[in-house]
Amino acid sequence: MPGAIWAIAEMADGEPTRLSHELATLAAGLSAASGRPAATVLVGEGAAAAAEALVAHGPDVLAVEADPRDRPLAAVIAERVATLVRAREPSFLLVGASNDGRDVAGMLQATLEWATLVNCAGVRWNGDGPQVEMSIFGGRLGTLSHFTPDHGIVVVRPSAVSAEPGPQPGQVETVEVAAPAVSLQAGRVVERVAEASAAVAIEEAPVIVAGGRGVAGPEGFGVVEDLATALGAAVGATRAVVDAGWIGYAHQIGQTGKSVKPRLYVAAGISGAIQHKVGMQTSGTIVAVNRDADAPIAEFADLMVVGDLFEILPRLTAAIRARRGQ
Amino acid sequence: MRIVVLLKAVPVVGNEKLVDGWRVDRSSGLEANGNDEYVLEAALKLVEAHGGEVVTLSMGPTPATEAIRKALAMGAARAVQVVDDALAGSDALATGRVLAAALGRLEYDLVVAGADSSDGQGGVTGAAVAVRLGIPYLSYVAAIEPDPGAGTVRVRRISAAGFDVIEASMPALIAGTQLLGEPRYPSLRGIMQARTKEIAVWTLADLGIDPATVGSGAATTEVESAEPPPPRAGATVVREAPDAAVERIVEFLASRRLI
Repeated sequence: MPGAIWAIAEMADGEPTRLSHELATLAAGLSAASGRPAATVLVGEGAAAAAEALVAHGPDVLAVEADPRDRPLAAVIAERVATLVRAREPSFLLVGASNDGRDVAGMLQATLEWATLVNCAGVRWNGDGPQVEMSIFGGRLGTLSHFTPDHGIVVVRPSAVSAEPGPQPGQVETVEVAAPAVSLQAGRVVERVAEASAAVAIEEAPVIVAGGRGVAGPEGFGVVEDLATALGAAVGATRAVVDAGWIGYAHQIGQTGKSVKPRLYVAAGISGAIQHKVGMQTSGTIVAVNRDADAPIAEFADLMVVGDLFEILPRLTAAIRARRGQ
Repeated sequence: MRIVVLLKAVPVVGNEKLVDGWRVDRSSGLEANGNDEYVLEAALKLVEAHGGEVVTLSMGPTPATEAIRKALAMGAARAVQVVDDALAGSDALATGRVLAAALGRLEYDLVVAGADSSDGQGGVTGAAVAVRLGIPYLSYVAAIEPDPGAGTVRVRRISAAGFDVIEASMPALIAGTQLLGEPRYPSLRGIMQARTKEIAVWTLADLGIDPATVGSGAATTEVESAEPPPPRAGATVVREAPDAAVERIVEFLASRRLI
C-alpha cells in the first residue's frame, strides 16, 4: 500500500494502549481526508488477538506476532515496523509519545532517514501531507508544520484526538516478520519490577488534581488524593514535592517531568513557577487553591480560590461525592 | 571510563522565542538543558568511582560558551563543540547525523544525554544517534551501574508499570532523567580551573559533512505559522470562607460541565 498512513500501536498487558486507539482514529481521519489507505500496525506478543480491539476505528490492523523475550520492546517494534515500511512503502507513520513510542520514533528516524515532527497536539490533512499542530516552549506557542518530502514520522501526544469508531470496521491481517531486515542493538531486560506508585498515566488523564509545597508533607497528599478519587482524576505533583520525597517521580508535571493537557487541572498549594507552568498551562480549565492571592498561578488560572487547601479540599471532595451520590 | 555527555544549550525556560524563519532564537541567554545536567552529574560520579574522564559534546550555529564553561566548572575534563553557521535551522535528521559524526571522532565507553530538552521536548534524538552509531540505546534511565571489567552497564529504566533493569554491552547510549540525582554546584576552584580547560571547536568540514545537507536549506520539516494560544480570560478570584468558596467552585465546575 504505497502512500499509506500507518498508526504504530503499542500494547500493555496484552491490550492496545489508550493512545493506540487514538492513533488508529487519527489514521482513519487522515485516510478519509486524503483518499490514501490507512492501517494500524500492532507488534508484540499476542498481537493478533489484541488487534481485534483496534479494527473498530476503521483501518485494517497489521498484527505482527513477536515475543520480545528479554529484549526491550522499542527495538523489537522498530525493527519490525522498519522491515514492513520497506516492503509496503507507506508515507506517514503516527507514533505515540509514550516512552517506548519516542524510542521507536527515534530508531525509525535514523533507520529510515525519515523526517520527524515531535510533540504533536493535532493533525489535519492539508493538500498533499499532514499539517501538524505542535505546542512548543511549554505551551507558550502553537505552531503548524509540515514535511517537505512525501514521508515522515509524527510523534503524537496523548489526547490529540478522542478515540472513535469508524463507519466500517477494518480487518486483522496477521503478518509474519520472522527475520527483520533491520537489526538494532539493544540491551537485555534482566528484571521487570512493578511499583504501585508508577501506575499513573497522568499524561492520559482527563482530570488531574496536583499538589505542591502547600500540601506541607507526605500526609498532606491525603486530601489531594481524596479529591482526585472523588473526581476520577489522576494525582500530579510539582518538582519540589517530588524532590522532597513526598510522592514519586511518575507524578511530576513540568520541565523535567511530564507535560499534560487535561480538561480540568486542580492545582492545590502550587505557586505556579515557570518549571511547573510549562508542563500544564495548556490544560482546558485550571482551578487553583492557594493561600497566596498573588501567587504566579493567579496569572494563568481560570478560577483562583484564595484559602487554605486543608479547609477547601475536604469540603470540595464531600460536595462532589454528594453531587455524584457516592 | 570515558564518558561523552551530549550537552544542549537551550534558551532559559520561559524566555524562548522564535526568530526569522521560525527558528528558535539561540543568540543569547542560553543555559544547559535541565535534563542534561542530571546526566552530566551522573557521568562525573561514575568517573569519580571508576576513573576516566568526562567530555561534553554540543552543536549549534553559535558558541554556547556559558553553558559549556559551567559543565567544565562542574568537573568535565574538556569540551567539544560543533559550530558552523550552516547548522542554523537544522532538522532532527541533520542533528542526529552531525552528533553521530562527531561521536565517531571521540572515544567513549558511554554516551549520556538528557531524556529530552526543554525547548524541543521531543526525546527522540538519543535513539536516533544510537542507531547511527550501532550501539545499544537505554532510555528514561533512573540509575546507571557500569561494570568496566566486564564491559557492560546495567541501568534502571522507568517503565509504565515501574522499572526494568536492563543490561547492555558498552559502548552504549544512555538517556537519563532527574532521578539520577541533583547536579552539583561548581566550586570556586572548579570555576577557576574551567577557564583553562579546552573547548575544541569543530566545523562541518572537520566532520566531513557537506554543509548543503544540513541547516534550514536541507530541512525536511517546515514551520508554517506560530501563534500564542488564545489568552485566558483571567482568573475569577474566590475569597469567601471555605463553605461558601466550595459552593462557588462547584458552581464554576458545573457551569463548564466538568462535574
